[in-house]
Amino acid sequence: MADIELSSINKFFGKTHVIKDFSLNIKSQSFTTLVGPSGCGKSTLLRMIAGLEETNSGKISIGGEEVNNLPPKERNIAMVFQSYALYPHMTVFDNMAFGLKLEKRPKDEVKDRVHEAAKILQIEDYLLRKPKQLSGGQRQRVAIGRAITRKPKVFLFDEPLSNLDAALRVQMRIELAKLHDHLDATMVYVTHDQTEAMTLSDEIVVLDQGEISQQGKPIELYNNPKNLFVAGFIGSPKMNFVNAKISSIDHNKVEINILGSKITISKTIKSNENTDIIFGIRPEDIIITDSSDYDFQGKAFVVEKLGSNTFIYLDNEGDPIVVEASGDSLIKVGDDVKIKFDLNKTNLFNSSNKIRID
Amino acid sequence: MKKLTFTSVFSQLLLLLFVIAWIVPTFGLFISSLRDKDVLAISGWWTSFTTTEVNEIYRTKGKEDQIKEGDYYFIKSNLFDENQGKEIYRFGITSKNIDEYEVGETALFKDETEITVFENGDYVWKSKEEFKKKKGKRIFVSAKSPPSFTLDNYKEVLLKEGLGQAFLNTFAVALPATLIPLIICSYFAYALTWMKFYGRDLLLATIIASLVVPLQMCLIPVLTIYNDFGALFGVSAKSYPGIWMAHTGFGLASTTFLLWNFLKTLPSEMIEAARVDGATHYDTFIKIVVPLSIPSFASIFILQFLWVWNDLLVGLVFLDKHPSEIILTAKLKELLGSRGENWEILTTGAFVSMTVPLFIFFSLQRYFIRGLVAGSVKG
Repeated sequence: MADIELSSINKFFGKTHVIKDFSLNIKSQSFTTLVGPSGCGKSTLLRMIAGLEETNSGKISIGGEEVNNLPPKERNIAMVFQSYALYPHMTVFDNMAFGLKLEKRPKDEVKDRVHEAAKILQIEDYLLRKPKQLSGGQRQRVAIGRAITRKPKVFLFDEPLSNLDAALRVQMRIELAKLHDHLDATMVYVTHDQTEAMTLSDEIVVLDQGEISQQGKPIELYNNPKNLFVAGFIGSPKMNFVNAKISSIDHNKVEINILGSKITISKTIKSNENTDIIFGIRPEDIIITDSSDYDFQGKAFVVEKLGSNTFIYLDNEGDPIVVEASGDSLIKVGDDVKIKFDLNKTNLFNSSNKIRID
Repeated sequence: MKKLTFTSVFSQLLLLLFVIAWIVPTFGLFISSLRDKDVLAISGWWTSFTTTEVNEIYRTKGKEDQIKEGDYYFIKSNLFDENQGKEIYRFGITSKNIDEYEVGETALFKDETEITVFENGDYVWKSKEEFKKKKGKRIFVSAKSPPSFTLDNYKEVLLKEGLGQAFLNTFAVALPATLIPLIICSYFAYALTWMKFYGRDLLLATIIASLVVPLQMCLIPVLTIYNDFGALFGVSAKSYPGIWMAHTGFGLASTTFLLWNFLKTLPSEMIEAARVDGATHYDTFIKIVVPLSIPSFASIFILQFLWVWNDLLVGLVFLDKHPSEIILTAKLKELLGSRGENWEILTTGAFVSMTVPLFIFFSLQRYFIRGLVAGSVKG
């Protein structure tokens, strides 16, 4: 059992307060992703769990044992770095066996464990090569293999796929998912790529400036972002945000002024009349229509055809509105497009404190 | 093909100039050291490749060597002691007219004897009466002398002048005086780069600041300490361990600085990976950092070795001048005083002292250059 518990952690770099009174419980054997823009403190957090960075205050425990003052090797963790961090002068075998040899394990055991890990990662053929003779994907497998051989209870991944090209990234993503099924270990994964976060995680923790913005299952974060930051961060292309105003509230019905027209949403909201709000809607929740009953009409200025679907960017005063259409859509650049919002899938945020109100 | 710009041409020319400025004297020294000492004294090294014309004086053999053939007495011999390949083209018998005769012609002395000199130095001296004088006659020859080189100077210098011993002494100084600081500084530089401890930055600043302190300023204080120490234990203040320590001390700052420069270019994630793998600082140093630093160790080894090898001042201050301790540079300086006229000894000695730097430079120059620019470019 290796659940990770962080309670009231603070971290300063000089005078900068990087991690602010941070508490988080990571369940044993879960795949938890820390995600956020660069500089949000997610890597620092991971390094603090690893023991590579000291905590200024607060408590970190792994499997119920406080580890604040333990060196990395006694924390029962393994870490995979973004730059692979392989030892360039050693063969793949020696790279993977390094930790075991330091533990003074018998030679046979070292050999068995390295071969076992190599088999899982399909790098058995490269065991005698040096890292520089391997491709990026192979190097990252070796780095993961080095982590596996030590059979830790917790795996820490620090943006492990961001140095790989797009195709390899997809492939390694699938393999990481398989690996998680295969090994009964807790995995903590740091990334700024929300696709990786969505596809791999049991649980996503969105960080913003050293604090948890929202925490939950991927689909929960996608469907019910608690605030504007999460709504904007999860999902690609981004959710559309449009400034709007509440004109009237009638118990569970809200009428809002948006883009010059009025729409009525059946929802109870925590807000008053006449407040400025931000209306959020995902590209796939916008319907293109020919009828005269439309919410907005705009000129298409970019049409991205991805094959399976098409993204159409409509001219608007503020940010453009992105609409997802089917792959065989015939809309061209310059066409006038009428759209209607799917009113069951709207997200409303207070425009001053950016918190969800519906 | 690279574009020819003014700067590239200029820098190439400048490079050529430097190469010439360094190669020519070295080469001249080398050639001079291989020349015969008499020739060396009268002509420059650049004349030694071509056949030169020399005027020389030889003396014929005296009455002991005469033989009688028929009515005449002859002395037949060769002017040269050994065959040096010289070719005589004219000769003379008086100092007033040293090239009076062609080779093969017969010259007549005042006492009616006649001599014929041939190209290779053979001569036939013919007389009606018996030769009476013990001493032979002077013969002036104009000869063409081919290039000739000899290793005699090296034999002389290495064996008789004690330069061979000095050469070994210098090795005995230079090797430990290079290895000791390298070992100490590699640990030190690792700590400065990868270990966190209080006052680390201050320590680093001190090291860099001490690069500014001139060595000459420390000689007397250090020697005073050595003298006190020697007096305390009744040993000589001047000894090999003493000079090793002195060189180590003087080299610490620069060696540490260069190594630190290199070590901080190693990726920090790799060092952290080793920590996560369970490596202690010592493990990380021995198993990761040292193997990856071999090129930089090599280059710093070369820099320090050459510095110690070429050093005169420290060697003069911290070692005695007796043969078992005197170093090459000090020995050369001594020879300059006592044998300043003997160019063959000086040129040969100088070249002997240059052989090691030259060897190191030519065989390890890529490390040498890397050492000079350590840390400023990626290796």
